[in-house]
Amino acid sequence: MRDGYAFVRASLGAVMHGSSAYYRWLAFLGVWMLLGCAAATYQFANGLGVSNLTDQVPWGVYIANFSFLVGLAAASVLVVIPAYVYRDAALYDISLLGELLAVAAMVMSLLFIVVDLGHPELFWHLVPSLGILNFPQSMLAWDVVVINGYLFINAYVVSYLLFSKYRGRVPDKRWYMPVLLLGVVWAVGIHTIPAFLYASLGGRPFWHSAVLAPRFLASAFVSGPSLLIIVLTVVRDQMHFPVRDEALQRLRQIVGVAAVLNLFLTVSEIFVEIYPGTSHSASMRYILVGLHGHNLLVPYIWTGIALSVFAAVVFLARPLYSRPKLLLAACAGAVIGVWIEKGMGLVIPGFIPTSLGEIVEYSPSFIEFCVSAGIWAIGAFLYTLMLKVAVPIELGTLRLPGVSHERVGLHPLRGAA
Amino acid sequence: MTEDHQNHDEREAVVEGVGKAQASRRRFLQVLGAATATAATSQADAAPWEDFFQQHYKRLTDDEKRQIFARLEAQVQDKYGVAVRISDPKPIDGVEFAYALNLQACVGCRRCEYACAQENNTSRSPELHYIRVLQMDKGSLDVERSNTTYEGAVPTAEHYYQPVQCHQCRDAPCVRACPVNATWAEPDGIVVVDYNWCIGCRYCEAACPYFARRFNYEEPTVRPSEINPDQGYLSNRLRPRGVMEKCTYCLHRTRKGLMPACLEACPTGSRKFGNLLDPNSEVRQVIETKRVYILHEDAGTNPRFYYYFG
Ligand code: SF4
Ligand code: SF4
Repeated sequence: MRDGYAFVRASLGAVMHGSSAYYRWLAFLGVWMLLGCAAATYQFANGLGVSNLTDQVPWGVYIANFSFLVGLAAASVLVVIPAYVYRDAALYDISLLGELLAVAAMVMSLLFIVVDLGHPELFWHLVPSLGILNFPQSMLAWDVVVINGYLFINAYVVSYLLFSKYRGRVPDKRWYMPVLLLGVVWAVGIHTIPAFLYASLGGRPFWHSAVLAPRFLASAFVSGPSLLIIVLTVVRDQMHFPVRDEALQRLRQIVGVAAVLNLFLTVSEIFVEIYPGTSHSASMRYILVGLHGHNLLVPYIWTGIALSVFAAVVFLARPLYSRPKLLLAACAGAVIGVWIEKGMGLVIPGFIPTSLGEIVEYSPSFIEFCVSAGIWAIGAFLYTLMLKVAVPIELGTLRLPGVSHERVGLHPLRGAA
Repeated sequence: MTEDHQNHDEREAVVEGVGKAQASRRRFLQVLGAATATAATSQADAAPWEDFFQQHYKRLTDDEKRQIFARLEAQVQDKYGVAVRISDPKPIDGVEFAYALNLQACVGCRRCEYACAQENNTSRSPELHYIRVLQMDKGSLDVERSNTTYEGAVPTAEHYYQPVQCHQCRDAPCVRACPVNATWAEPDGIVVVDYNWCIGCRYCEAACPYFARRFNYEEPTVRPSEINPDQGYLSNRLRPRGVMEKCTYCLHRTRKGLMPACLEACPTGSRKFGNLLDPNSEVRQVIETKRVYILHEDAGTNPRFYYYFG
């Protein structure tokens, strides 16, 4: 108990002190957070009419970000499996950072669902017993369950590991392994259930595809580890965290394979939709080439495809990926590419044309933009603070007073380092 | 079975699987509601809290419903200065409503669309209509090639017209989609929304293959003089902002033996409505004797809305 108190105090101390770059970064995020809060308050006071959403296109940039973010959480499972199941030491060292990324991603995706509600204050209707959760019928109810569950699983595991290490103890496997393995199984849900949210709608041909869930999985395996590569590079340079090159290379291999698979699945989908030219391919034609002169999203989606192709090429060609700057650029390209493709590129065309053939286009309003940026800032802020605590504990520099500053548990699979 | 009994059974059915916590939960919410209500200084101040804590329609006792209807009526009185009556006609045993629409007779005048808006107190600005009349190219049944914004004299020689509204599906994707059971099919087949329970996620709208659901992105506005005071809790009462609404086959009329407003407004007699379970009803006769087809049959919705020629 007393240790817990000391842990919280030490964490607060850790996040309060940092370099001037650290403060500048937090201030930058703070500005966006304030802007986002102001925009969200304005939206809450005036209703979703301040968005550009319509009955024709009832989901927009919020749900798009939500879809992308559940995928981003793959950064966790893709380091946890090699680290804990296959005992990859390089990835083991950084697995905590992956899990923290999943925590931040889950928080953001929940926020994106909340701001999308017409009545966010009535969220208690979703709480079983107090309200009614239409489980297992509603895929949205499933989503609520898997996202909250995944958030809890990852938050529990990292808290336990960090707290143990803070007290200078080797984490007890019995306390975290079962939950960690549950997380691996749960990850299957977290990457497929959001796809089923769309694919289960028989009236929307663009989404009603068996390949959607595999595409979600493949693109999640691109975006999560790609972002993690960027984060690891920053953490290595800024916080002197020893990230081994093997870890980066291993992640690069993962995203390389996933990026190709993702492109392959996307191309299959496009082919099956376009070649026979059935009336069900209208949405696909809308997003790729425009429909009856409506082509708002065409440049957008092609930017995404170009970035994905660029990233895949870099990830696979040694002369390219061995240049750190280019690798980082490819990672950024991969993340943005998936954000476009699994975000608005997936959500909007599902509604165009409507089931009665109307074409109403959509792009986010200024308020929607600010709210979305604000939520991203909240996520980045949260992740930064969590890293600020986790990194010194992992390094052994943040310890309970009186405990040796030895690094604990960097390799517990082979005994403490 | 008495009406009360039936009600009770329905309630039981909803909470099945939720456990026995219902009574204590209700008491908890009541205490919470009462506490905040007394904390507030006046009745008017208390109303938002009562709105906030209101339970799902199917969990309300008849007493609670009466109080809620009275509160809602008072709110309309406050806001619009109009006295309205909110009632809750129950589904009738042995009745399953269905609609049949004659595509050969419809001339595309959109009178049904506007009569519906008047009857159901839908927002005039922004304009929100349950019925969409599609102008279809002759020679095609593909609604995706239709035009909904046609103007000028109707009918034209090249087109026929197809009004679309909620099909009250037997296997309704919207009902399945709703994460909080705010929308459900009544025993007479009408799919309703509890406007005080809906959280406004719009998943049902994404799920509907007939573009039949409408969301109140903005505060709905109806001029006081145009408010239809005869209102059903589950149908045409004035909706708040941020919730979903849809056609209910005018259940506040049809459950009392009247016809839906759209049917009464139709100058061509294209619309037939009635009890599917009654072998002598007109709608049943149409389905048995005419060439009938179902829109988006491939969506597997099994609608209670039929199009026919003849
Ligand atoms: S037509 Fe749409 S709103 Fe009506 S019951 Fe079917 S799915 Fe639900
Ligand atoms: S918008 Fe309302 S009725 Fe529709 S799915 Fe969401 S909560 Fe249910």
